[in-house]
Amino acid sequence: MLKIQDLSFRVDNDGQDKEIIQNINLEIPAGKLFVITGPNGGGKSTLAKLIAGIEKPTSGKIIFNGEDITEKSITERARMGIAFAFQQPVKFKGIRVLDLIRLAAGKKLTVTEACVYLSSVGLCAREYIDREVNSSLSGGELKRIEIATVLARQSLLTVFDEPEAGIDLWSFGNLIEVFRQQREEIKDKTILIISHQERILNIADEIVVLDSGFVRTQGRKDIVIPSLIGTSSAVKECRGAQKGEC
Amino acid sequence: MDLNNIQKYLLKEIADMEGTPDGAYNIRSDSCAIDRKSTENVEITSKEIGSGLDIKIKPNTKGETVYIPVVISKSGLKEEVLNDFFVGEGADVTIVAGCGIDNCGNDDSEHDGIHRFFVGKNAKIRYVEKHYGSGDGKGKRILNPVTEVYMEEDSYVEMEMVQIKGVDDTTRTTVADLKAGSRLVVRERLMTHGDQKAFSVYTVNLNGEGAGADIVSRGVARDDSYQKLDLKIVGNAACTGHTECDSIIMDNGKILAVPALEANDVDASLVHEAAIGKIAGEQLIKLMTLGLTEAEAEEQIINGFLR
Repeated sequence: MLKIQDLSFRVDNDGQDKEIIQNINLEIPAGKLFVITGPNGGGKSTLAKLIAGIEKPTSGKIIFNGEDITEKSITERARMGIAFAFQQPVKFKGIRVLDLIRLAAGKKLTVTEACVYLSSVGLCAREYIDREVNSSLSGGELKRIEIATVLARQSLLTVFDEPEAGIDLWSFGNLIEVFRQQREEIKDKTILIISHQERILNIADEIVVLDSGFVRTQGRKDIVIPSLIGTSSAVKECRGAQKGEC
Repeated sequence: MDLNNIQKYLLKEIADMEGTPDGAYNIRSDSCAIDRKSTENVEITSKEIGSGLDIKIKPNTKGETVYIPVVISKSGLKEEVLNDFFVGEGADVTIVAGCGIDNCGNDDSEHDGIHRFFVGKNAKIRYVEKHYGSGDGKGKRILNPVTEVYMEEDSYVEMEMVQIKGVDDTTRTTVADLKAGSRLVVRERLMTHGDQKAFSVYTVNLNGEGAGADIVSRGVARDDSYQKLDLKIVGNAACTGHTECDSIIMDNGKILAVPALEANDVDASLVHEAAIGKIAGEQLIKLMTLGLTEAEAEEQIINGFLR
């Protein structure tokens, strides 16, 4: 499904080169729920953006379903079947929830069809369908609408960048249910979640620990999670999340 | 009512009219009234002096719509029109106006329309005005609307002023005087492209206790076009006023927003907001992740913004 080969990403940090992603190699097969975790600043969100085409790598390749997509644009990747859920949902003046879901689906869904996606993220659909995707919505509402638009894409690969960021605990519980449901229906699709939330790690098939731009560990959750306990900063993140700090 | 295709097209654009509308109407085309109808509650008559109409709406008229559209398809035609709307006490009506110019010639076509509204106590009106230009001639399409609103106690006026496409030069002037308890809501949407110029000037005088105004102007200036938005609210009593200029610039577009608030009473509460900027990069990226090209994303963002 997705192969990442010798991928690096450098930025200019006050005149000094800073390597955010350092020569990463990863293989993510179809039909799995992958979680990429690790301490803040470890390169997780950057990797997600590199996969979606929002950032361009300094070197290396990204192969999607056998095709080199490294030079492909965001639009081309989206049309090939890569969906991306933003950590901070984008707001629009004048664009309604219904408009956004229709754009995501790529067809003129009926209101009833669009409402199915809102209901699946725990929103009372009829109350939201005509609302603008603007600041009048709370962080939790925006996040759930963001996830609904990504679900409407029906993509082969869906990347969620820290879905737990900026939402309340009630919304978070609902979010876990959404991912569980997605996990049940995954078939030949792949879900990639950037997260340091233990409850999300627990529904993963495989976990990748990214630290300082390197892959520290990769493997099945029953092997990786115990190895995280009591060790690096990634664990602190997990404990913080348990207290509802995420 | 016999209309040619250009007239039909323009009427559809500016007043969403297809065929004969329900309710009272006057359709003006190339300086002539080509059809008119009054109803029991709405009387439309020509002014005795000068060009224009008197539209008298009886007190307590409810739920009627009045159509006063103007279309121009002759290149080089210039006209000035004064229409007066007398809205009786307690009436609740919708007024649909607007002007469409199709200019395929080389001479400038111009419509300068003055609409004056005398709104009775407790009356409520919704006014929709759309301006549109088409045609590929070198002659300009010029519209200079003047709107004057005189509001009695506890009246309510909601205005939707739209100019989305094809008008080369426009100076839009709106003046309103509000008595106690009355409220004015304006939603203006302007899009300029090519080398068009648009000036929009509002002066709203809140003269009575409890009067309120909410004026929101959204604009998009593309290509080499220019917009100047001059929004002024004067608080002469215990009142509330809010103005907002919210604009997107693209290409070489230029926008000047000139907010002005004048409080002449210690209990006047007035707020102005203004923001000008290009389309946010993250908005484009979000829509591109949904499979839209950058150009398609830009179009969606603008269409939403000007909705």
